[in-house]
Amino acid sequence: MIARWLLVPVVGLAAACSPAAASGAPPPTTVVITAHWSRWDVGRLAFRTGQRVTFVVRSTDPIDHEFIVGDRATQNRHEAGTDAHHDGSAPGEVSVPAGGQVTTTVTFGHPGTLEFACHVPGHYAYGMHGQIVVR
Amino acid sequence: MYVKRAMRTRVGTGLVLMTASVVLGAAPALACGGLVAPNGSVHLLRTTTLAAWHNGIEHYVTSFQFAGGGAEFGSIVPLPGVPTKVERAGGWTLQRLERETTPPPEDDFGAGGVRAATTAAASPAVELFNTTVDALDLTVLSGGGQAVGDWARQHGFQLTPDTPELLDYYAKRSPIFLAARFNPAAAVARGQQNGDGTPIDLTIPLPNPWVPLRILGLGRGALEPISADVYLLTDHSPTILPTPSADNAMSLFFSARASDSLLSDLRSDKNMGWVPSSGWLTELKIDGPAYKLNHDLAIDATGGDRPSLIAAGLGTGQQAGPRPAPLSSQVPNFDGDEHPLVTGWRVAFAVFALLIIGCFVSIRRAQAR
Repeated sequence: MIARWLLVPVVGLAAACSPAAASGAPPPTTVVITAHWSRWDVGRLAFRTGQRVTFVVRSTDPIDHEFIVGDRATQNRHEAGTDAHHDGSAPGEVSVPAGGQVTTTVTFGHPGTLEFACHVPGHYAYGMHGQIVVR
Repeated sequence: MYVKRAMRTRVGTGLVLMTASVVLGAAPALACGGLVAPNGSVHLLRTTTLAAWHNGIEHYVTSFQFAGGGAEFGSIVPLPGVPTKVERAGGWTLQRLERETTPPPEDDFGAGGVRAATTAAASPAVELFNTTVDALDLTVLSGGGQAVGDWARQHGFQLTPDTPELLDYYAKRSPIFLAARFNPAAAVARGQQNGDGTPIDLTIPLPNPWVPLRILGLGRGALEPISADVYLLTDHSPTILPTPSADNAMSLFFSARASDSLLSDLRSDKNMGWVPSSGWLTELKIDGPAYKLNHDLAIDATGGDRPSLIAAGLGTGQQAGPRPAPLSSQVPNFDGDEHPLVTGWRVAFAVFALLIIGCFVSIRRAQAR
């Protein structure tokens, strides 16, 4: 968790010092998130506006999860929704099979606060959600 | 779009995950078990369990309740060892135990009244063996938490989000589980109605009896109430861990030598001939929010007064367990341990008294000068 907290600022710092930063476009980055015992191993992530982020989502659990990135309305829609499987064709919406690993890429176009969450029944309430801050 | 809804419906109609070591379930109940039904259409009511231990053999008697309607119910029960036998238990043993420790009120028919006759009344999981009792398909599994979870998922069990942690919690101590599932068609063919229980007796060689309790909170919110009755039948008054208290949602309700009539009655029930001719009967009541039930029940029935911290789910290794008082030395419904708040007040009062005395002495000295 601590390592991950350090990772994001470090990535941010590296981005700020890179040639890409000089041109105003933050460099793409990759974040690894793991679900273990139906909990994400990170609670909060921070990115820069315009940053392209590839999420590598892993599960060590024997049950299926899903990884949904979006605003409150998106999360509400998925919590009440009926999609049992997300094939990853929509950015930031992917099912995570038991014991598996998937990737999804999101470009954060606007500053704001988003969430990442699992909406398999009961999982959000169990605490499988975190915050994404886009600055 | 429809799949999740279908899944919710299926989960709602019910997959039950139960736990048992040597426990017996009664009326509207599942044995010491967790219910795997995230949407909560099926709830554990009060569960009843008997863990009987004699000469190194535990009989864990529990009942699986049929919820009917073509629904599919499944349960997974952590076990402390590999059963040597899994068979149907007596039909009314649990009810008889309840009558023993909670006698019905006297009939109010006057002196000449007629008392109604009381009816005594990591690698993949390995399937060690399969058996069927009535409409209940039972599989004894060996494997780690992940492996058993995988097996359950592959066999259609819907697992709640807290299941992975609980399976690991149990698998670290014993990699043996019992998976139970009603065959709805067989249940209907047998004329089973909603709420009908199928009592199961698992015979497990063990140095001491053990009852899984934490599994009762499976799929439950932290504040959801858990209610259960756990009966222990042992050669001597047992010592248990944790000591019953409000903090762990356990209370000691009954502790006495088992009456001859009880033992005789139990022995007369079907498949219950193993009940010994003498023993000590203990009843523990579990009542409290799920978050308090973060432990199992360790029992020392050998007279050694050393229930295992590990068996209680409270320790991980080398620590020597505390030496709680034997139950025979405790008054029923007595918590055994003083409540921490009471202890705190005692300490606070003592400190306050010392301060007053200190002030008084200081004043007297000042006055003397």
